[in-house]
Amino acid sequence: MDIPSKKKQRHIKNTRKDKVFDIVNYGLAGLFLLIIIYPLWFIVIASFSDPSAVSGGRVWLWPQGFTLDGYRAVLEHERIWVGYRNTIWYTFTGTLIGLAVNIPAAYVLSRKDLVFRKFLTWMFLIVMFFSGGLIPTYLTIRDLGLLNHWLVLVLPFSVSIFHVVVARTFFQTSLPSDLWDAASIDGCGNLRFFFTIAVPLSKAIIAVIALWTAVHHWNSYFNALIYITDVNLQPLQLILRQILVGNELMMQQSTGEAAIIAIRRATIMRYSSIIVSTVPIMCFYPFIQKYFNQGVMIGAIKG
Amino acid sequence: MDQAKLRFKLMMIRRNWGLYLLILPAVILLILFAYRPMYGVIIAFKDYRHFTGITGSPWSEPWFKWFERFFNSFQFDTTVRNTLTLSFYSLLAGFPFPILLALGANQMRARRFKRTFLTISYLPHFISTVVMVGLILIWLSPSSGLIAMIYSSFGNQAPNLMGQANAFSSIYVWSEVWQRMGWNSIIYLAALAAVDPTLYEAATVDGASRFQKLIYIDIPMLMPTAAILLILSAGSIMNVGFEKAYLMQNTLNLSASEILSTYVYKIGLINAQHSYSTAINLFNTVINLALLVTVNTVTRKISENSLW
Repeated sequence: MDIPSKKKQRHIKNTRKDKVFDIVNYGLAGLFLLIIIYPLWFIVIASFSDPSAVSGGRVWLWPQGFTLDGYRAVLEHERIWVGYRNTIWYTFTGTLIGLAVNIPAAYVLSRKDLVFRKFLTWMFLIVMFFSGGLIPTYLTIRDLGLLNHWLVLVLPFSVSIFHVVVARTFFQTSLPSDLWDAASIDGCGNLRFFFTIAVPLSKAIIAVIALWTAVHHWNSYFNALIYITDVNLQPLQLILRQILVGNELMMQQSTGEAAIIAIRRATIMRYSSIIVSTVPIMCFYPFIQKYFNQGVMIGAIKG
Repeated sequence: MDQAKLRFKLMMIRRNWGLYLLILPAVILLILFAYRPMYGVIIAFKDYRHFTGITGSPWSEPWFKWFERFFNSFQFDTTVRNTLTLSFYSLLAGFPFPILLALGANQMRARRFKRTFLTISYLPHFISTVVMVGLILIWLSPSSGLIAMIYSSFGNQAPNLMGQANAFSSIYVWSEVWQRMGWNSIIYLAALAAVDPTLYEAATVDGASRFQKLIYIDIPMLMPTAAILLILSAGSIMNVGFEKAYLMQNTLNLSASEILSTYVYKIGLINAQHSYSTAINLFNTVINLALLVTVNTVTRKISENSLW
């Protein structure tokens, strides 16, 4: 008699505790979502609002004085579109080159029967720990005639040690070596094996690395800052830098009628240019998401 | 015996020629754009002149001239201190949040909510550095930003945080936490997904509450991953990224925001003092390398997990 009631009591106590736990957990999750979403939501509503309402602090939940002026200003800003076109091209070619360079290298380094495997692996690892640094790299690029050439943004720095290591781990753990043994006995060469068997079996890791590379190219500005001075070759991020970061300096330093007009124009574009430049790359992610669930990152941990 | 081994190796190379072809593009790119610049590091010990090139430029007199100059310059203390402040602060503040996030998300039973929650938490990761700094400037604008709204609702004038040197490191670090904690939790979520479910079942039979399971199962299971990540990031402590700090710099906060990488850029490319800049860069790289080797040795001793 005594024992079952005790058991029951304990069970009830636990569910009550678990309920409290759930409330706290979902409560914190809600708070966290608010902290992530509200600052972004603020940018969205500000981009549709009258700039004077934004600077007056009247925009906080919905757009005030609804207007598309910000987007119109972006549409009319020619350099944004030049940057946009360049960035799309750099992202596209950069991702292709990145995959073409890193995935085969990762596969080769995953092969246990590779002669010079240790040497080649070290050749990749050393780069992670030691580098020539900014100026020697700059001089190399200059000597090779790549300054102000679009290739400098997609080719020279396309080897990513991190991507190679992650993909190599994936090949090691999910591509059984028996597969190669069987194929080679049947007379399949290395190239054919890689392209017709290894690559199709590794779509998940290729998709993930493609996403990483594409996001990197879409968002980076450093190489363009260093190596590209031709305005027609500048990627979107450098132009955004002028709109978003450059104007702050202008605002602090300049006065006068012309400056006020220029600042007003820039203020209108601030919010809309953020939306226009960031939404496309954010839309990428949901397409790739399912591959993350296929345990790609677990492979990465083991590496 | 040795000859047989050699012949076997040669045979394997001949048989696997396709592999060497596959890795060739990456190797060529590394040689050209990673190893060739490594040779160029010698200009840290030379007086580099444009028309004589790397090889032709004369050696510095004495050979450590540029290093001596940096150690004695007033920027040495500032840049090293700022670099260390930013990296330790980032390390300490950035470390716990992804773990907490993963622990919380792992306990969510409503699957759709969990998925939405995670997807939203990843979103900021896709914001570029330029836009992120733009967002910081907008939010912290003393006249129209979020901070102005908060202060004015209490009837106060908002401070210009971007113009205060002592606020720089906090702005830098907490905006980084905001942007990356969701994304960085992925690896912990993966580690939690790999936990043997029988552990939970056994705990349930023993009458453990969910909070107890979190404390006694989840957290211990995350420890190995957490330790490796912590040690890995300790190895890059002097490697504070150029991109964000450079964009966040202005004349008012420079005393806190000038770090080694931005200083290297200014000395080397803006002032065109190639040798001096390379020496500062090399100093940074060597410290990093030493840290990484130390940390890796320690890890291998403690946990059998190491980079090499």
